[in-house]
Amino acid sequence: MLIRKPADIPYSEVTPKSLYLRRREFIQTAAAGAIGATVALAPADTRAQSRPKLPNVRKSSLSTTEAPNDYGDVTGYNNFYEFGTGKEDPKANAQRFVPKPWSIRVEGLVKTPATYDVDSFIKPHPLEERIYRLRCVEAWSMVIPWIGISLADVVKRLEPLPSAKFVEFTTLHDAQRMPGQRVPVLQWPYLEGLRLDEAMHPLSILAVGLFGEALPNQNGPPIRLVVPWKYGFKSIKSIVRIRFTDQQPRNSWQVSQPREYGFFANVNPEVDHPRWSQASERRLGEFRRRKTEMFNGYAQQVAQLYTGMDLRKNY
Amino acid sequence: MTRFNLLRRAIFAAALVPAAALVYGAFTDGLTANPIDYITDTTGTTALTFLVLSLTVTPLRRLTGKNELIKLRRMLGLFAFFYACLHLLTWSVLDWFFDVASMASDIVERPFITLGMTTFLLLLPLAVTSTAGMIRRLGKRWQLLHRLVYAAAVTAIIHFWWVVKADIREPRLWALALSVLLGFRIWWALRTRTFSRS
Repeated sequence: MLIRKPADIPYSEVTPKSLYLRRREFIQTAAAGAIGATVALAPADTRAQSRPKLPNVRKSSLSTTEAPNDYGDVTGYNNFYEFGTGKEDPKANAQRFVPKPWSIRVEGLVKTPATYDVDSFIKPHPLEERIYRLRCVEAWSMVIPWIGISLADVVKRLEPLPSAKFVEFTTLHDAQRMPGQRVPVLQWPYLEGLRLDEAMHPLSILAVGLFGEALPNQNGPPIRLVVPWKYGFKSIKSIVRIRFTDQQPRNSWQVSQPREYGFFANVNPEVDHPRWSQASERRLGEFRRRKTEMFNGYAQQVAQLYTGMDLRKNY
Repeated sequence: MTRFNLLRRAIFAAALVPAAALVYGAFTDGLTANPIDYITDTTGTTALTFLVLSLTVTPLRRLTGKNELIKLRRMLGLFAFFYACLHLLTWSVLDWFFDVASMASDIVERPFITLGMTTFLLLLPLAVTSTAGMIRRLGKRWQLLHRLVYAAAVTAIIHFWWVVKADIREPRLWALALSVLLGFRIWWALRTRTFSRS
């Protein structure tokens, strides 16, 4: 596939803030017209930060210059089926979740299989702010200022064996703490994976925070994957196990519906989900749909990972 | 006012609550971070609710012997149509903003959209022929025509089922409810036939 897209969407193309608010305005105007009433706009300040700031966070040149979504969108509209299948369920149901103590088991084709406490697991790596686009397979998107560590650095430190070809991640499996797991909507525990070269790509991170603070409960604390050129479901949350393997992992959504979800799940406007189009998306906060970019706008950085691959077959 | 009229007015007022809640939500930022999806879901679910409610009238009437209940059926059916219109408008105006080409290809290529549109087209003649004049004019054919509502309920539930990603609990519940309501009709028809024979 020929990739002609620029690495990033220039700021000039980003929807201006005035337009950003137009969708709600439109609905409000329509609603007002319908009931023949005029009501003052309610202020929409949803930012409510109380969590401690993460210290020593570096900026990254890999960040997009697009304006992040507001805090309320990022922390109030989530797919995290471990806490319910509704978009607002995770925020409502994860409040009592305590992501500590937390340990991460590293196993499989790796020099030294071991169990790490999450803090000591993160500590050797510098924290970076990575402002990334996130494109959900359901055709909506956000811009999120993640705080994370380079997955490539982590993989190097863990020293996989030469035979390792994939890395597999597993979410905590504990229905007491994650009530959504009492319902068999997906195979529990949630499982995801990357090819080792995808994991080694500089854009791949393990996120530990957003908006400068530790991850809120509904966003997959204490540590989660973020792979910005893939659909959001690849970015597995609340990781307890990292396994290096020579077999392609059987990720949860693929197991659930193999015709609809594959292993790669690269954002691709030309390959539709069997039930809906992936050609366009709605950026939360905007009224009109926008075109979906190949590899979510990261084609220049990642397209070479897939040279010669049929992306229709490897969806 | 009779007790029945009171009931009818109460149902009418209650039926406007979901629409009022959406208007209120639009002004108070209460429609989630993705209002268009939220409005689409809410109007769709509400339309289905009234469609299924309209199908409970006949079984309730038969079971209770209260024939005046039939007067509620048209109102419930028209509310189903009202919310179906809002659902369709949300999709075509808020979601696609009159992008006719995209909508047309969606209708052709996405089975769940095809079924949604089918449901709307099945409901349309029922709404149009719901007036007293039409009922009189169509006579026996009116009843025949209005059996389309069974097909509409089936297509509506499949439409819902096919749009859900993994959590099919809600559409499954609707399918169960509809099975009970249609099953009752079959059982009633068989029973009355047996009686009339003996």
